[in-house]
Amino acid sequence: MKSCHCNEFSRVTMMRRGAAEAGRGLPSIEPGMPLPAGTGLDRRTFLSKTLGAALTVYGAAALGPNVLDNAIARAASTSHGNKVVVTVFAPGGWDALSLLYPTGDPQYRRLRPEIALKPEDGPRFESDSRLHWHPALEPLSKLHAQGKLTVFPAIGYSHPDQSHFTSRHYWEVGALDPQLSTGWLGRLLDEIGDPDNAMQGLSLDSSLLPSLATARVPVATLEDPTDYGFDSQNVWDVPGALLPDAMGSLGGLTVATDPFLTQASKTAYESNQLRRQLGRFIGQDGQAHYHTRVKYPDGDFAHKLAGLAALLHAGFPIRAAALQAPGEFDTHSEETGPLQQGLQEVAQGLQAFQADLEQRHLGDRVVTLLWSEFGRRAEQNDTNGTDHGAGGVAFMIGNRVRHKMVGEFPGLSRGKGLDVDGNLKENVDFRSVYRSIAEEWFGVDGDRILPDAKHMPRLPLLA
Amino acid sequence: MATLPVYTGPFGPDEAERLLWRAGFGPRSGEAEALARKGLQGAVDSLVHPPAVDRLVGKEPVVDGAPLAPKDAFGHDHLWWLDKMVRTSRPLIERMTLVWHDWFATSNITVGNQKLMLQQNDLFRHIGLGSFEGLTMRVTINPAMLLYLNGLNSIKGSPNENYAREMMELFTLGHGSGYTERDVREQARALTGWTADWKNDIGWVKFHFKAENHDDAMKVIFGKPGPFNWKGSVKLCIGHPAHAGYFVNRLWSYFIPVPPDAKSATLLEQLYVRSGNQIRPIVTAILKHPLLYEGPRMVKSPVLYTAGMLRQRGDRIETDDWVYLDAMAGQQLFYPPNVAGWDETRWLDTSTFRARWLIARRALQKHASNPDHTKPADRPPADPVKLVDRALGWWGSLQVSPNTRKAMLDYAQKTMAAAVADEDRQKSFPVMTYNALRHLAAVSPEMQTA
Repeated sequence: MKSCHCNEFSRVTMMRRGAAEAGRGLPSIEPGMPLPAGTGLDRRTFLSKTLGAALTVYGAAALGPNVLDNAIARAASTSHGNKVVVTVFAPGGWDALSLLYPTGDPQYRRLRPEIALKPEDGPRFESDSRLHWHPALEPLSKLHAQGKLTVFPAIGYSHPDQSHFTSRHYWEVGALDPQLSTGWLGRLLDEIGDPDNAMQGLSLDSSLLPSLATARVPVATLEDPTDYGFDSQNVWDVPGALLPDAMGSLGGLTVATDPFLTQASKTAYESNQLRRQLGRFIGQDGQAHYHTRVKYPDGDFAHKLAGLAALLHAGFPIRAAALQAPGEFDTHSEETGPLQQGLQEVAQGLQAFQADLEQRHLGDRVVTLLWSEFGRRAEQNDTNGTDHGAGGVAFMIGNRVRHKMVGEFPGLSRGKGLDVDGNLKENVDFRSVYRSIAEEWFGVDGDRILPDAKHMPRLPLLA
Repeated sequence: MATLPVYTGPFGPDEAERLLWRAGFGPRSGEAEALARKGLQGAVDSLVHPPAVDRLVGKEPVVDGAPLAPKDAFGHDHLWWLDKMVRTSRPLIERMTLVWHDWFATSNITVGNQKLMLQQNDLFRHIGLGSFEGLTMRVTINPAMLLYLNGLNSIKGSPNENYAREMMELFTLGHGSGYTERDVREQARALTGWTADWKNDIGWVKFHFKAENHDDAMKVIFGKPGPFNWKGSVKLCIGHPAHAGYFVNRLWSYFIPVPPDAKSATLLEQLYVRSGNQIRPIVTAILKHPLLYEGPRMVKSPVLYTAGMLRQRGDRIETDDWVYLDAMAGQQLFYPPNVAGWDETRWLDTSTFRARWLIARRALQKHASNPDHTKPADRPPADPVKLVDRALGWWGSLQVSPNTRKAMLDYAQKTMAAAVADEDRQKSFPVMTYNALRHLAAVSPEMQTA
């Protein structure tokens, strides 16, 4: 197992502690900023108050605040009722033999003698009597029973590549093209997005998740939506209040022969733009003021999802968000314990997120796609793990999903369910799912997003 | 015979500074001027042939009043290496160590043993300019790598494919470069046999080759039959026709952000093969190449950005904040995100930019005076132009574009305008403005790149 969770935990804990310390006791940098989200204001009042305050504080900003704020206002005022897609990437590769274990298939125990689960371990999978849910996925089984979750038990693409990086890249860019540098969601945003709204594509990660890479419109990356300030040691009052916009005006530099210098400059501008948008969400004390009636599990992943639900509820103009699942699913050895732990964190977090969206009346607007780059080899290896495979598993969650299962578990007989390398064969192409999201969710012709859309069967996935 | 292009333009402090950023961690105060006096040849020579023993300049690191415990304390591994980058007199050796840490990326998330990670780090430090075949051999059986890519206890009859695949895909050949899935499986067989003893409370010890675990039967790799073992496995990769091209292009990418022209690439490949897969001559040629001096700037990695500021100012490591701050910016040493290393095309986005803001904030923390406690004689001038000049000068006479200068000047003019007719503000605002201007300079596009 390429993961030691005790280490991961201590590292993340330490980073959080440090980040909290870095922001402690500092003077407020934005006097006069408005009430944060979730305090009873409706969206329009909220927005106008925010902009009024922002213009007071930033009236003299070098980059033309009216243009910027108008863009944010435009995006926010039209965002009501807009559809949103959230993608969650589970790194490493996972498969149906682990997640929906085929205890009803005679080959299962032979292929995975040491790591097979027993029929009584996990809930029955109602769409296929051969399969059971991994016990840690019980929260997802409940969503499935409620008709809010579609399972793709054997998803992938033909001629599967067994490199993590290449296969993930294909999924991120939405094409089997190693050279393509924009993501599938990035191209979607290039179609439907706003030239000045960085929040339309939100990567909830320490760096940009590649599916959101655009060619035309800006997108934002945010490790933690509740913590995004720009203050400085021993700088307060007017010098403190003017500092972030001065940082933003470092962003006006374009040097045609120096793309990286230009990029560094542009990032300063976009960071300030994002800060201004989030200014409505983070209070003067540097803390986010949002409330949720849903109990989320502990951990970074759930914290990000909770923040995302609150941002959506507060009317932030987000169209696509991407984040990574906790856990490392590249389970080459001793996989049982770490797999259980990773799956549990993912499933519990997403269950809480879905419940939160529903209580905020966002259930009909948001669909969540949970995916990994490939499956695992059907036959386990000698170290109680599994090597890279082909067909994997994906899930789609939301009130508007049409099906409980798309595609089928192909079985474990060689030549039929398994390919010549002993890997599970895919029977749904991931690009069909993307096409469906583009067309049914966003009303954008799949051909405009996906180079191979016309070869992908149309799957009505969303109502 | 055609020869590799060599930069022939002026080699002054600006060029020497760029060389120090690409081949090291930026200049100490006065270092660029001293290097420029050696001329290009002499400068590159001094970097690729450094003294055998490093001389660390400046004070030893200290955290919470105690020296570092890099083998034991969480994060001290990062601080220990960061300190070397800040204080080294052999910058290229440390820079190459960072290159190999990225190239043969190994994460302590999996290894879970800082001592083994530091052993691997020393390997890079000691043979990082020697033979690439030798380096790959040593990495293949390096304990941290054996743990990271499951080479440990991969045995005959059930080989683990993880290292075999990454050795070809990421370390020597490149994805899709003349190997098949069958080659992955056969290489995995050749690599079997490495094991270690488990000791409670200590972990894995005595890494060794155990003949009965090794599959010594015939294999066919790249179409060649033979009873290959791990040495044969590495030799086949290094001898593969796709290797030299992959090696040269990847190594180049660590120093110059645009690809080499076809002629330079071919000549570098020939040089590499002719030298018997030596690293030093290739690095030397890249450091003298015109594109290094005439091409675009590169984004500094988070660690380079951090180390560079401390080195520039001659500041000591005296906090463990650098661990979480560099991690926030996307680069915690000994924890690359995956076996492909860090993705240098993704260093800058709105999330990592804020982390860099916090890095600069931390670097300035002890230098930023509190206006309430600043004596009149220590107050900076109230003139905006002078404040901007002083702030840029503080960072080693940072050269900035008119746009950056204007952003800083506009800011200073506004804060000074707000202090007019207010006695308290006239005392405190110049101090705060000077603090803020140094911060703005530190996150300017000119300082994020080199």
